[in-house]
Amino acid sequence: MTVPISYYLLLSAVLFGLGVVAFVFKRNVITVFMSVELMLNAVNLAFVAFARAYNKFDGLVDVFFVIVVAAAEAAVGLAIVIMLRRNRESLNVERVDLLKF
Amino acid sequence: MSLPLIVFLFFALLAVAGAVMVILAREPIHSALALVLVMVALAVLYLLLGAEFIAAVQIIVYAGAIMVLFVFVIMLLNMGLEERTNFSKFAYVGLVAAFALLLEAAHWMFHSSVGAGVANGSQPVTAFSTVELSKLLFRSYLLPFEATSILILIAILGALVLARKEE
Repeated sequence: MTVPISYYLLLSAVLFGLGVVAFVFKRNVITVFMSVELMLNAVNLAFVAFARAYNKFDGLVDVFFVIVVAAAEAAVGLAIVIMLRRNRESLNVERVDLLKF
Repeated sequence: MSLPLIVFLFFALLAVAGAVMVILAREPIHSALALVLVMVALAVLYLLLGAEFIAAVQIIVYAGAIMVLFVFVIMLLNMGLEERTNFSKFAYVGLVAAFALLLEAAHWMFHSSVGAGVANGSQPVTAFSTVELSKLLFRSYLLPFEATSILILIAILGALVLARKEE
């Protein structure tokens, strides 16, 4: 009757893969950040699916912590993006090469 | 096809379409709105899995707070179309390898005895109770919970220090 857990895991893997592709192919700092959020979301789906498979709450607590850390990361990351814009005029990741050897 | 399966397939396709839109859109604001679509679709899937609290948090914190922050910064910085630049040709090799890995994982999930045993086992239909979740969060996981509040505080201070204009 219910949807098999494997379907959720497969969806989670696909979303994570798309997140990795976006992370590698996108050239704008903000969209690179958004692909990190996409990957975090995919992992959250896997956590909830496994919590359901084993009927344990611990996976849900992990999702809660992932969301909190994502919020903190977004706040600091976007502050860095604003600094970058102020100092470099461009948000293309290829132009941010001060530390590149 | 049962109703839960139809709902799952619809919102799974919606989530994947949103993720593809994130990659294909050239305006950052379109990517952000597509990502909101993915998050809302995932919230529905959490409801389908019986995780009501997580679904609510997903809508309020992710789609509400975090994505509003993203859209706010995109509007604030007024960036134009994304530039397309050349990337390494090895990226295609990585794409093929990632696809092979995905097929392998799918095969494991659907056909191996171990994977299918975990993944297709019978599941109870009752929802996760928020009362039990909060008991776990405020008893067993009390220390990590308090640590995250420190983390949020540090993140706020860090954001303020970074985005402040130098006098």
